[in-house]
Amino acid sequence: MSWLEPSLAAEGARIMTICNACRYCEGYCAVFPAMEQREQFGPADLGYLANLCHNCGACLPACQYAPPHEFGVNVPQTLSQIRVASYQLPRRKTVLMLGIASAGLLLLVLLAGTAWTTLFARHDGGAFYEVISHDEMVRLFLFAGAWALVGMGLVFAIRHGVVRGVRRADFGAIRRGWSDALRLVNLGGGGEGCIEEHERPAQVRRIYHHFVFYGFLSCFLATIVAAFYDNVLGWRAPYPFASLPVIFGTLGGVALLIGCAGLFRLLRERDVALSDKGERGRSMMLLVFLFATAATGLLLLVFRGTAAMGFLLILHLAIVFGLFVTLPYGKFMHGFFRIAALIRFASEQGD
Amino acid sequence: MEDVLVIGGGNAALCAAISAAELGARVLLLECAPKDFRGGNSRHTRNIRCMHDTPVDVLTDAYPEDEYFDDLLRVTGGETDEHLARLTIRSSSDVRAWMAARGVHFQRALSGTLQLSRTNAFFLGGGKALVNAYYRTAERLGVRIVYEADVRKLEMTDGRFLAASYVKNGEAQRVEARVLVAAAGGFESNLRWLREAWGPAADNFLVRGTPYNMGWVLRELIDGGAQMIGDPTQCHAIAIDARSPKFDGGIVTRLDSITLGIVVNKNGDRFYDEGEDLWPKRYAIWGRLIAQQPDQIAYSIVDAKMQRRFMPSVYPPIEANTIPELALALGLDPHALKKTVDEYNLAVEAGTFDHTILDDCKTHYLTPPKSHWAQHLDTPPYWGYPLRPGITFTYLGVKVNEHARVLLQDGVPSPNVFAAGEIMAGNILGKGYLGGIGMTIGTTFGRIAGEGAARYVMA
Ligand SMILES: Cc1cc2nc3c(=O)[nH]c(=O)nc-3n(C[C@H](O)[C@H](O)[C@H](O)COP(=O)(O)OP(=O)(O)OC[C@H]3O[C@@H](n4cnc5c(N)ncnc54)[C@H](O)[C@@H]3O)c2cc1C
Ligand code: SF4
Ligand code: SF4
Repeated sequence: MSWLEPSLAAEGARIMTICNACRYCEGYCAVFPAMEQREQFGPADLGYLANLCHNCGACLPACQYAPPHEFGVNVPQTLSQIRVASYQLPRRKTVLMLGIASAGLLLLVLLAGTAWTTLFARHDGGAFYEVISHDEMVRLFLFAGAWALVGMGLVFAIRHGVVRGVRRADFGAIRRGWSDALRLVNLGGGGEGCIEEHERPAQVRRIYHHFVFYGFLSCFLATIVAAFYDNVLGWRAPYPFASLPVIFGTLGGVALLIGCAGLFRLLRERDVALSDKGERGRSMMLLVFLFATAATGLLLLVFRGTAAMGFLLILHLAIVFGLFVTLPYGKFMHGFFRIAALIRFASEQGD
Repeated sequence: MEDVLVIGGGNAALCAAISAAELGARVLLLECAPKDFRGGNSRHTRNIRCMHDTPVDVLTDAYPEDEYFDDLLRVTGGETDEHLARLTIRSSSDVRAWMAARGVHFQRALSGTLQLSRTNAFFLGGGKALVNAYYRTAERLGVRIVYEADVRKLEMTDGRFLAASYVKNGEAQRVEARVLVAAAGGFESNLRWLREAWGPAADNFLVRGTPYNMGWVLRELIDGGAQMIGDPTQCHAIAIDARSPKFDGGIVTRLDSITLGIVVNKNGDRFYDEGEDLWPKRYAIWGRLIAQQPDQIAYSIVDAKMQRRFMPSVYPPIEANTIPELALALGLDPHALKKTVDEYNLAVEAGTFDHTILDDCKTHYLTPPKSHWAQHLDTPPYWGYPLRPGITFTYLGVKVNEHARVLLQDGVPSPNVFAAGEIMAGNILGKGYLGGIGMTIGTTFGRIAGEGAARYVMA
């Protein structure tokens, strides 16, 4: 069976055929020029177009055929449904349960394994490894990291055909694809901005997304540097406030808090007609995980010299663990598919 | 008592309401459509024709005043008021900045498929995005908007407007105002009215735009003493896919395959030279041609050689491997269609096919001839599309002066009635059509009317 349900495939093709005869929205984003290069819209084309769509929402209120018109054209929602299907393996609920269960399990295991007294004892300057041993921590996160990487790799390997072009993209296309992705040029409603409350276009979503993405990157960098300190230089955590891991982590953490809270609020207030329920849920779940990761990380930094440290550390680790475990099955995957689709777009438009 | 009453909710009405509100007038706007379908035919538009002497923002090259005016003269056969036409054309040169300041975004020039970027500026997202932006701006300026307010009656004495009555949720309402801006479009949605001019044939017409332009306001103005302009029996109609909705099918129902094959009526006979002239120029005659055929239906037929040469249409072609099979699929007599195609194929002369110019591929001793792009219809699969006349707009309107004031029977302007948009477009576009000029007229006269109305109440 194809990854795309026949009824959804038919609806996608129907809508793209109408858009292709209309083309009024061609200035908004990459989806429309990519569509204009096609006449047929099979699952492979639909998956590619769906991953080019950033769900800025501009093309719904602008559509002269939007519901309740009898043509009932809703591009953002239809592409959102197709997009979720394009990288969805198990059901959404399973994923959610998986995340919560693994985080809970880890919490229990760690709490049980840590003597009550050590947990709430005052640790000198935040001696993390008195709470959980260094080796134990490394083992846990090697496992979680491997789980996430293998899972993401599997999902991408199974579905990459959806977004990858037939021909090899040249260096220029790769550069343009990355540049479009890093600047989120397609999340701008063609310059107007995304559609937010009361169908008012604004750039806030794009800005919050930048906070989340670059915040995440900064935290990731902090982790890499810390791992380097730990494994190569043999410097053990906790690191001083003026050290690189703490600076990157703090900046990234604060950016994540701002970005996740902002995107979450926009998503909650947003017209539900603009996207698929499943994709909305997945986005919210990822935002909650990222927010919680950043929040507990920052709390840990502030209170690492107090009796709360042990508990905060375990909470933080549990959340990070849960995040890692759910990465391959949630909204996080959109990044890889998006970049692949944008590179393909750059290479298709280039010739 | 209101200050300014604007009737209509499309481009012209919104430009008037915004202009009046910006000068400080209190404005009430009555739109008969529900919110989801607000914006009249303006929601189906995509560009505005603008003069410019050098390349500017989204427009390439130059499109000077005289060339614009010559184009207008050509399509209208001289049925235009030169003074009003030149005023409109000149005002189109800086209209984009005004529009942009009120939320309209334009598409960058030369984007992909568009060749029109010399003469026309394209709205980002099309006319509905433009209408949405104007409604937001109008609301921000404090314009009060009532949807589903169907104005049926105007009270006028000696050409002076007193009050309007409208129906909302089945209840009649009366509203007095000091000045009226009438911007309620033409009467193209009023099938009964169209029947007066076209007879029962009108029942088979499809309306490309809004179902709400019933012409009540236009008729009330005329009954109230306004001078008429434009041919009341004429309308702009093109050939569209017969499977389109009765109303609001918009742009996607048009079909560009006519010049690439043959067109037959329900008897399977050809009835007009499909290759008479380049497509954009001949675009508008096919509505009328099909309206004159039995049952107002026709069929465009092309073969596999031509299938990639026209804009994809929204409905799938009806496909068959032989001409008789295609005839059956289209509901035509197979023998009749076979005979027509055979005669046509016999008459086709060899030439060098080039769809972008008036090439030398034509028929020999055939009535009607096909004078260009004639190719043998011989390569299966064959594609057929059913066609019907699709009305874009009507020409009848009220006469206005350069202040957008409605002129009364004696030629004197009404003290407090202004008109803008399609309801007065006949002053400039007596017949024919120039792509994008509808929005130019509506924007120009909407602004003039709104400013005039505000000055009137502030004086
Ligand atoms: C498919 C299509 C594509 C087109 N494309 C273009 C284009 O690209 N460029 C261009 O320049 N022109 C185009 N046109 C022509 C263009 O639409 C018109 O010239 C223009 O929209 C007229 O603007 P308007 O405001 O006068 O009328 P409309 O936009 O039609 O507005 C009339 C308004 O009045 C309201 N109304 C009517 N009767 C009443 C009543 N009794 N009470 C209250 N309200 C009432 C209607 O609901 C509507 O909101 C196109 C037309 C069609 C059909
Ligand atoms: S979304 Fe609507 S207006 Fe935009 S291109 Fe598609 S059909 Fe046209
Ligand atoms: S929602 Fe935005 S990004 Fe998606 S297709 Fe529409 S305009 Fe493009």
